[in-house]
Amino acid sequence: MPTEAQKISAPAQNSSLPWLVLFAGWLVPGAGHVLLGKWVRGTLIFAAILCMYLLGLGLQGKIYVPNTGDILDILGFLGQIGMGMGYFLARLFGWGATSVLLAVGDYGTKFLTVAGLLNIIAAVDAHSLANGRKAS
Amino acid sequence: MLTHFPAVLLFALCVSVIFGITQRAEPKKMMRFGAFTFACLVGSVIVISWVMYAIKH
Repeated sequence: MPTEAQKISAPAQNSSLPWLVLFAGWLVPGAGHVLLGKWVRGTLIFAAILCMYLLGLGLQGKIYVPNTGDILDILGFLGQIGMGMGYFLARLFGWGATSVLLAVGDYGTKFLTVAGLLNIIAAVDAHSLANGRKAS
Repeated sequence: MLTHFPAVLLFALCVSVIFGITQRAEPKKMMRFGAFTFACLVGSVIVISWVMYAIKH
């Protein structure tokens, strides 16, 4: 006999909702939680990621590109691509720096990279909520 | 201009918000874990700073 948790999670596992939530959460920070009706969590995630993103750009952090051949640049790119839309907007409009010119620019780069990594954690959390792996 | 310590405080605040939300399931536990993460981050920065000061002097 299925448990209550299994009854709740069974429909979600058969639908595409968890993947939609994961994608939305990656593209726009907190959107995955908002789609699941968790407005407060979504808003807090959005505010935290946006704060780190804006601070990183304000400190002239470097926006990594994937095709330099340097392994550290590729790793930095993988971290920053986690920001989703934020990364694409920065590339599109030329925000941030192409190389670290100031001492604080190094901090800015860390802010941007950690913002991307935290956004991935948040998107995976929303995915876990949607497929029932996380209780609430 | 943002100096080192305010930058650390903002970094720790943002990280602890995300960690609190994602690593715990209940709101009360989220707040406690977020506060714990914040204290750990800021506390470790202060301790490491004093260790570096002691090494230099």
